[in-house]
Amino acid sequence: MFEGLTRHPVRWLVGALALLVIVSQTVSIVREDQQALILRFGEIERTVNRYKPKEEFGRSGAGLALRIPFFESIQYIDKRILGINMERQQVLSTDQQRLQVDAFARFRITNPVRMYTAIRTEERLQQQLATILGSSLRNELGKRTFATLLSPERGAVMDNIQVALNREANKYGAEIIDVRIKRADLPEGATLEAAYNRMRTAREQEAITIRAEGQKEAQIIRGTADGEAARIYAASFGKDPEFYDFYRAMQSYRQTFLGETNQGGTSVILSPDNEYLRHFRGG
Amino acid sequence: MTNENEGSMGGRSPRGARQFFHRISLMANSPWGNGPKGDKGGKDGDGDRTGPRNPWVTPDPADPARGRKPRGPSALDELLRKGRGSFGGGGSGGGNSFNFGDSAGLWKWGVGALVVAWLLFSSFHIVPPEKEGVVTRLGSYSRTVGPGVKFTWPTPIERIRMEDVRAIRTMQIGSPNATDENFVLTRDQSIVDLAYEVRWSIRDPELYIFQLADPDGTIREVAESAMRATVANFDLVQAIGPGRVEIERQVQQRMQDLLDQYRAGVTIQGIAIRQADPPSQVDEAFKEVTAARQKRESDINLARAYEQQVLERARGDTAAFDKIYEQYKLAPGVTRKRLYYETMEGVLSNTDKTIVEARGVTPYLPLNEVQRRVVPAPEATTKGGQ
Repeated sequence: MFEGLTRHPVRWLVGALALLVIVSQTVSIVREDQQALILRFGEIERTVNRYKPKEEFGRSGAGLALRIPFFESIQYIDKRILGINMERQQVLSTDQQRLQVDAFARFRITNPVRMYTAIRTEERLQQQLATILGSSLRNELGKRTFATLLSPERGAVMDNIQVALNREANKYGAEIIDVRIKRADLPEGATLEAAYNRMRTAREQEAITIRAEGQKEAQIIRGTADGEAARIYAASFGKDPEFYDFYRAMQSYRQTFLGETNQGGTSVILSPDNEYLRHFRGG
Repeated sequence: MTNENEGSMGGRSPRGARQFFHRISLMANSPWGNGPKGDKGGKDGDGDRTGPRNPWVTPDPADPARGRKPRGPSALDELLRKGRGSFGGGGSGGGNSFNFGDSAGLWKWGVGALVVAWLLFSSFHIVPPEKEGVVTRLGSYSRTVGPGVKFTWPTPIERIRMEDVRAIRTMQIGSPNATDENFVLTRDQSIVDLAYEVRWSIRDPELYIFQLADPDGTIREVAESAMRATVANFDLVQAIGPGRVEIERQVQQRMQDLLDQYRAGVTIQGIAIRQADPPSQVDEAFKEVTAARQKRESDINLARAYEQQVLERARGDTAAFDKIYEQYKLAPGVTRKRLYYETMEGVLSNTDKTIVEARGVTPYLPLNEVQRRVVPAPEATTKGGQ
């Protein structure tokens, strides 16, 4: 046998090559994350490892796929969750606010037959869905106010978009799993500037309020202190108003005539009737 | 002679196996298959086909890559040398056929060793302690194996893919650099510049591998979406301050829910907001608020100081009065007189005094004189100056 091989290597080689070709035309491996279409002369004959909801790995149809060589060909289609990345879009809300919106969607090809018939490849499906996503996003957001997009209601907006998109995606044999707004930003320029201004004035308002508050509190504290002091004075001096009058007058004289503030000097012209000079007169 | 030795060893191996290896080598790739063809050319006496056309030149570089089988390279080298020698000898048919038979045996041997190496390397797998291996049999998910030495069927039948399930991976979103801003809108339609990181790990490697076309990109998009949706429920002041912890918690929850919905096989370990600042364009206004807070504090502090001052003074004054009054009550007349005279003494001893005896003189007093006496110094200086 081996001598035969060495004697007729070309024959063996050709035979082996032919076998290889036939095997590769007959047997193919369908991976767990793939679904496959068997095409007979371009017509879809059957599917392998088609997506079924809630299936377990290892029990799906993945594995070897056999086909009739040369008559049938195999076409792989992704079974995983795929993403759609939408180009950043400018959306005008009902209150005429401009908004830059970035959204993404996740989908899965659930019906490979329909998908293959309608659009052939995953890439083209992704492009197609991105376009549809963009337009349904504009439609839906155009009906809403700016504030809605920032509220919990935006979940409802997303659900609407998902329903609309799903309707379209079904025609291509795909199922939309999720639609999300990734970013919703104010566009550069006037809008952003206006937002900054609003933020700035809001902060300024807060700052002024805080300052005024501080002044108010300070005034209250001072007033309370003055009141308390008056109470203390009254409690003490009220015991003898007449003596207080005298005592305070004495203090006041000292302060006025001797204090540091008395810089101009003082001249006093005394009448002999003055109480101080009573004894001076010898009275 | 090593050649003969190896040749005889090749001859000793079972005939069926030899055939098998040979056929495998034929199928593997065409240069291998060309081997006998080239030799045949030599046998036919085509002298032009010499050294460089030798088919063994082509597979030789593939050999070190293939395996660590110790004998391979030396055997092949030997073969090469011998092949060249035979061609160089040329002509003699008998010698040529002997050489050919010998080289075929070596060839079988080499291929056999390669196949064994391939079987070994594709069947034994060392799964490192931090990893798990996902085994697929002919594409279909078979099992997930833990760390250790694991066996699988050789490569075309079973494949293993290892994923690190222990490591916590981090993903940075936004950047703390001033130049790179990641603006997020808050509930009060303000803008906050956010930078955060997502920590995640793989929980189910088979889900991670089979479910998502682009797991990392998906996690990133989900993180951005969840962060924006969450921050949209917070006011700016909360987002840049006390609300952070709550935001982190909610984002983690949201992300986990979404990824579970995708069956991504990923656990979100945590979100860390590294930076949540107002945009630099309005930073000044925010500092203004801080300054206003400081001002309020300082205003209040000053008022408190005044309060202390006034109260202490009142207490001091009244205490002094109370003491005097205590004594005054004991001897009102004397105390009163004493206070009066002491005060007057103090006051009048330091002032210019004019006592006017007669009534009605006051208007004629030279008040200017009186004034001048008070401030003589400035006049003197001005006179001196003239």
